[in-house]
Amino acid sequence: MTKPAADHSLETVRLTALYGRRAVVKEISIRFAPRTVTAMIGPSGCGKSTYLRCLNRMHELSEGGWVTGKVVLDGQDIYEGDLDPVVLRRRIGMVFQRPTPFPMMSIFENVAAGLRVNGHGSHAETAHAVEQALRRAALWDEVKDRLKRSATALSGGQQQRLCVARAIAPEPEVLLLDEPTAALDPGGTQRIEELCIELKQRYTIVIVTHNMQQAARVSDFTAFFYLGELVELGVTKEMFTKPKVARTEEYLTGRFG
Amino acid sequence: MNLRQIRRHFVSGLMTGVVALLSALACLALFLILANLVIKGASSLDLNFFIKDPVPAGQTGGGVANAIVGTLIIVGLAALVGLPVGIGAGLYLAEYGNGRLGWVVRFVADVLNGTPSIVIGVFAWTWLVKPMGHFSALAGGVALAVLMVPMIARTTEEMVRLVPHSLREAALALGYPRWRTSLSIVARTALAGIVTGCLVGIARIAGETAPLLFTALGNLNFSTSVLEPMQTLSLQIFSYATGPFEEWHRLAWAAALVLMGLVLVLGAAARIAMRQRQ
Repeated sequence: MTKPAADHSLETVRLTALYGRRAVVKEISIRFAPRTVTAMIGPSGCGKSTYLRCLNRMHELSEGGWVTGKVVLDGQDIYEGDLDPVVLRRRIGMVFQRPTPFPMMSIFENVAAGLRVNGHGSHAETAHAVEQALRRAALWDEVKDRLKRSATALSGGQQQRLCVARAIAPEPEVLLLDEPTAALDPGGTQRIEELCIELKQRYTIVIVTHNMQQAARVSDFTAFFYLGELVELGVTKEMFTKPKVARTEEYLTGRFG
Repeated sequence: MNLRQIRRHFVSGLMTGVVALLSALACLALFLILANLVIKGASSLDLNFFIKDPVPAGQTGGGVANAIVGTLIIVGLAALVGLPVGIGAGLYLAEYGNGRLGWVVRFVADVLNGTPSIVIGVFAWTWLVKPMGHFSALAGGVALAVLMVPMIARTTEEMVRLVPHSLREAALALGYPRWRTSLSIVARTALAGIVTGCLVGIARIAGETAPLLFTALGNLNFSTSVLEPMQTLSLQIFSYATGPFEEWHRLAWAAALVLMGLVLVLGAAARIAMRQRQ
């Protein structure tokens, strides 16, 4: 049942995201290496979240949102031709700033939601996939006795790991994390960070974060965004020790942002 | 305490008192109605009242079984037609209704909401009773449904709008199509609120009389056929209360008490459904 983790390539080419006529992300080209974590950092309003939302075509759902340029997933431009964004989003998992468990569903149903909408699998297969996802999200031991209970009874940190489980249950190719620890306490944050490092063995992960220490802890590569532009992209260790661009250094040392 | 503080305390106390008094006044109306109904109607509530049909004028011992069953049938019919339309329209308004069409639907619903119920009765008479050639429970049910739809639509819209946007995004990011997001995530999350709105809507139409006067008409006999005239509690109250006999007045009070009880039960159910939400 469990597919071996395959290498999936993701790349943006001169990607520009706009609201109406205002560009908030400007001509950004990044190639994400398979099974790595890439962190997007930068001050509020720099376009890093918008950039992330272009990768699974969520940006176009915002009022006035549209893009130019390319997002190439496994050799295919996701904005080209008749690719259905709904189908695309099943190939790319996403976790948001605040935990968003579906309140009317049980823990089990929450994790199974993405599988069911795909419409395949017997009950036994679904149950297996749910357990797998919960185990990978390091939540199984805490919830295995109460899978039928409401998801809203979980703590904030548990809810966020539930959302991770929900996102990875359909075996996506890429995992997008949009400030996943912004609403969590230090304990919850640590679990998510550990999870991030754990999950990169299977997925290509892109994480947006406000927390520079977090970027340093979990990511292999870091992209520094400022005013919608990509200022610097590099190996995290190098960038945090000796950034090439002056602006990056100023941000990393807290002189602005 | 200096003078200003004393003044502040005084004004605060005064305002609280005024507001409390006004609230009491608002509740007083309901208590007076209920007390009145119980005093004048409760003594007529026996088994016969519920299981017997009306007897000819002058005789005693009749009941309003036909009206009780008729009310249930016509209100049920109205709910059958009105709830799906109202909930659907409300869902549309909340989820897709930001454009021009949404504005139009919302405007129409608000106007319809303020339309006198007797006008809706005339409308049902023109479009259903006249073409069919006779009065019917069906026409009455449709008239009540028309009355109900805008109420249900607007409350459903409000309840659905309360669902956080982040849940919609989470579902969409998971690969839910838009319609499925609306139905199985958003509507499901707002369910308790929608149910509450429906119960309040049903309670609101259960006692309507004007739209039924020239649609369901009323019926002295027991009837369950929706294509024939049918009696309801409200029509029964109207004809008995305006009649000349003491016995009829007695039964009218009792029927009013039963109708009021029905509305109270629906209102209480709505409260409970709402509490389930939290």
